[in-house]
Amino acid sequence: MSTPLVLTYVGFLIMAAVAICGGLIAVSARNLIRAALGLILSFVGVAGLYFVLEAEFIAVVQILVYVGAISILVLFAVMLTRGLMRRDLSAQNSQWIAALVVALVLFSALLLVATGTNWKVAETKIAGDLIPKLGEQLMTTYLLPFEAVSLLLLAALVGAIVIARE
Amino acid sequence: MDILNNLFVSLYVWVADLLHGLLGGLGLAKDAEAALVSAIMVLLVITVILLWMVLMVLILIWLERKNAARLQDRVGPNRVGPWGLLQPVADTIKMFIKEDIVPANADKFVHTLAPMVAMMPAVLAFAVIPWGKGMQPVDINIGVLWIVAVASIGTIGVFIGGYGSNNKYSLLGGMRAVAQMVSYEIPQVLTMVPIVLMVGSMSLVKINEAQSGWFGLQWFIFAVPVGPIAFVVYYLSALAEVGRTPFDLPEGESEIVAGYMTEYSGMKWGLFYLAEYFNFFIVCTIAATLFLGGWNGPILPPYVWFILKVYGLILLGMWIRMTWPRFRVDQLMNLAWKVLVPIALVNIVLAGLGLPIFKTIGF
Amino acid sequence: MLDRYGVVALFAFMAVLFPAIPLVFSWIIRPKKPNKSKTTTYECGLEFEDFPEEAQQVWVQFRVQYFLYAIIFVVFDIEAVFLYPWAVAYNALGLYALVEMVLFLGILILALAYAWRKGLLEWA
Repeated sequence: MSTPLVLTYVGFLIMAAVAICGGLIAVSARNLIRAALGLILSFVGVAGLYFVLEAEFIAVVQILVYVGAISILVLFAVMLTRGLMRRDLSAQNSQWIAALVVALVLFSALLLVATGTNWKVAETKIAGDLIPKLGEQLMTTYLLPFEAVSLLLLAALVGAIVIARE
Repeated sequence: MDILNNLFVSLYVWVADLLHGLLGGLGLAKDAEAALVSAIMVLLVITVILLWMVLMVLILIWLERKNAARLQDRVGPNRVGPWGLLQPVADTIKMFIKEDIVPANADKFVHTLAPMVAMMPAVLAFAVIPWGKGMQPVDINIGVLWIVAVASIGTIGVFIGGYGSNNKYSLLGGMRAVAQMVSYEIPQVLTMVPIVLMVGSMSLVKINEAQSGWFGLQWFIFAVPVGPIAFVVYYLSALAEVGRTPFDLPEGESEIVAGYMTEYSGMKWGLFYLAEYFNFFIVCTIAATLFLGGWNGPILPPYVWFILKVYGLILLGMWIRMTWPRFRVDQLMNLAWKVLVPIALVNIVLAGLGLPIFKTIGF
Repeated sequence: MLDRYGVVALFAFMAVLFPAIPLVFSWIIRPKKPNKSKTTTYECGLEFEDFPEEAQQVWVQFRVQYFLYAIIFVVFDIEAVFLYPWAVAYNALGLYALVEMVLFLGILILALAYAWRKGLLEWA
């Protein structure tokens, strides 16, 4: 294997480890803020994976939207609840067995799909800067989904406002 | 003139060649050796940038205090060293040897983590900043978004600083700081869109190159009216996002002591302080790159032009800080959402409409 | 590839390392003599220990205003993300793309107007 390929694998392993560690902290922490921090770490790991895959636009969007915005939303939502300074919250409740079963089923289903699918590997890399192509596609082929996104955002905002004000 | 213009690039090439010569004896595979050399060179570059930035911060602190004193008819620091030049050095030494006091009730791990998280984005942002022609650590095609994205990590540091202290002033200050930072992030992101639109790329190097016409004076701030509007919106929201007076409500000492920094002392506080100055410097470099032509300018070498512009913007920020009273929290939020965001949105449409005109006059 | 993302990775490595260096250095040389009154929570002009138990609990329930700001922020952040590829490709697409973007922005300005109208942007 050539050196760049080895380094790519190393990068993948590190970032996957970061994402998994973050996820483990998120489900096992006894304090809600620490759990949220674990979630953020997991987001960072996923952004790193996108970087390893050379999908830099998606990676930076992952940082901007998930690490920078969704995490703030989560943290503020935590601040709306009560009794949070406690550090002895149990990470489990009565549903943990059911949750474990569902998680395992989902995991095995994903594993089956991931290993069973015949992934198409592109023969050649797409040359040049991809972002202009992305913009063009958004404005031509995927115009309808693109405009639908703004409607979706509007609906999300209005819905959140209505629920929060009640 | 050419030697002077390419001074740092030639230096880089010379050191890299030297490394190649040194490592050649190890008998590594060709691509492994190339990777090793480039990794060492990058680490060297990062170290040089960080040391340079620490020096810059020491100068900025001195400059800020001297300037404040001059504008307020005082003398300012004048005891340590000539003209008080060594005052920041003395402050740094004090910070290192000061006891670190952590409240007994605090979440100690998060309390320590917070200043580190606040510092990280400031380091990451330097990955894409071009200091001169060919003087950028890396030229990625998402440069502009990278700056905004990593800056948004800083809000988490501020928030967990407020939470980890377990003090009501800290928590209030942290919440306020986050609300302010996220509100001003939106106009900041939106106001960079017209520049990206005119250049057709998000790479900071391409943005620099697009402003090289007119003997190096084809700066986007002269693209009336889109450029100046975008510049003003950017500069105001950037000042607000890094929390400088008159936008320093998170630290409004008359209400919430020192905000999220209340329970911090010693080097942890020092890191917050360092991050604040790093961020101030970074937003000035970005404003200089996007609107003031970056390294472009007649006669002088590119890196000199760049530093001159950055310092011009820094002095402007200091002037604003010294002469404006602090905003009220409702005024602050109104400015972001009811003034800057609508202006930035209209500006994007203006840029789209005006692009054919700008193209014909050379932008 | 390595030229670009390797550099970013090394920057990330240094971003973790750089803040740790001064903390470790000062941890070695600074004095460590905590006592009860030093480590008490800061309070303005009052003794924190004198407070009744429930007043020492700093964690209060924050008002929903912060959360609503966060929601508006997320919505506009996502909008901005869509604006960038559009802006990069605009040169090639021309005025047709502008109309599409004005439509996109218009719907979101409607969202801003709704939040404004409902008094969400007032910090009271």
